[in-house]
Amino acid sequence: MSDFNILEDQLSNAQIAWRAAQDIEDGSYVNLGIGFPEMIAKFQPEGRDVTYHTENGVLGFGKAPAEGEEDWDLINAGKKAITLNPGASFFHHADSFSMVRGGHLDLAVLGAYQIAQNGDLANWRVGSKGVPAVGGAMDLVHGAKRVAVVTDHVTKKGQPKLVETCTFPLTGVGCVTRVYTSLAVIDIEGGKFILREKLPQISMEELQAVTGATLHTDGDVLDLIVPQDL
Amino acid sequence: MDKTISTVAEAVAEIPDGAQVMIGGFGGSGAPIELIHALIDRFRATGSPKNITVINNNAGNGYIGIAAMIKAGMVKKMICSFPRSSNAEAFNEKFLAGEIELELVPQGTLAERIRARGAGIPAFYTPTSFGTELAEGKPTEEFDGKMYVRESWLKADYALIKGQMGDTVGNMTYRMAGRNFNPLMAMAATKTIAQVSELGAPGSIDPQQVITPGIFVDAIVEVSEPQQEEVLVRTGVVY
Repeated sequence: MSDFNILEDQLSNAQIAWRAAQDIEDGSYVNLGIGFPEMIAKFQPEGRDVTYHTENGVLGFGKAPAEGEEDWDLINAGKKAITLNPGASFFHHADSFSMVRGGHLDLAVLGAYQIAQNGDLANWRVGSKGVPAVGGAMDLVHGAKRVAVVTDHVTKKGQPKLVETCTFPLTGVGCVTRVYTSLAVIDIEGGKFILREKLPQISMEELQAVTGATLHTDGDVLDLIVPQDL
Repeated sequence: MDKTISTVAEAVAEIPDGAQVMIGGFGGSGAPIELIHALIDRFRATGSPKNITVINNNAGNGYIGIAAMIKAGMVKKMICSFPRSSNAEAFNEKFLAGEIELELVPQGTLAERIRARGAGIPAFYTPTSFGTELAEGKPTEEFDGKMYVRESWLKADYALIKGQMGDTVGNMTYRMAGRNFNPLMAMAATKTIAQVSELGAPGSIDPQQVITPGIFVDAIVEVSEPQQEEVLVRTGVVY
């Protein structure tokens, strides 16, 4: 066994977001879930033209404004202040979710509590206690042409987040096609996790040990290399 | 047909106990704060309207607007997608104490249920929520190899909405992301009451710029410098 320490050596959220950003295609329409997935926009590669959608009725928004420059009628679904890029548009909620459910978005990237090997996603509540809130996640998972997840590979307590079957309440059935974790990049195809990339310093055995379902391979497993200074 | 009402108090004067009320806004943008506060004023003065069901994306934030309605004890039930806002103490306390009901609806389904009522469509199928606990008990059907859940329209007795420009026949525009649910709710309610920042004569809005045609609006009141929900929350205002 190597001396890999998952909690110390795994990728940061910024590094996971950077890796996810590399796969966003030029000319695509993208929705980034509130919180961690929003960070992906910061790492959009130079030269790619990407249009960001937010559920509350804005297409083509840009960076956050400088502090003190906020206009609170110009916000994203996370209720954060945004700015507009040239070519932006406003619309009401039914049009916004027509873009989602109608299959007009190319990509949605969401967070997760659990992802199952058949593509089931659980990301809206972890039990029956407290105040439930679902927002637009259940719509987004059925809308975009591709649904990806960014997440730590295991929970803070070390439990696998990639599992055979979700135990938390589902957000959507069979909807996730790619998972960017703090240790690996994994596709979901034919009801299986297919390992595409992993951190070079973790062995296959170590990675399997922290994954709750069998990791399959299909061709080479590439090294997951990200900038260290994020 | 002049739909102008001169004050927000008059605009909300007829809303009865037990009414189902759609209130526009998403997060801190597009909420008709002055209409909501006029309703709270009436409740404090007369004890009515009480037992209100509120339909909104959220369940209030801070201590103003819908949160203040909840705190005042006027609200029996919330129908919303995301009650868990950054400062949703008013709702959370009552919900966890079992003093307020919650119907949780995915955001896109909420929007479409409201639009469907406005368009006279009693039910529709959506892929959203299929296979989840929010679809339990609802009919499902397969179309082109994919499963869908049947959802029904969402009605309301009143809608309280906020626009930017309006005219006396009820045509309206909206300010940036403040549009959100407002045009849908205008279509869906039996009676729609709008507040606008600028109220003009018919013809004052270029017809090409109208977002909500006047047919959907029953009463319109000018609030020339409306309060902005997010600003009120951030400055800690308590209503």
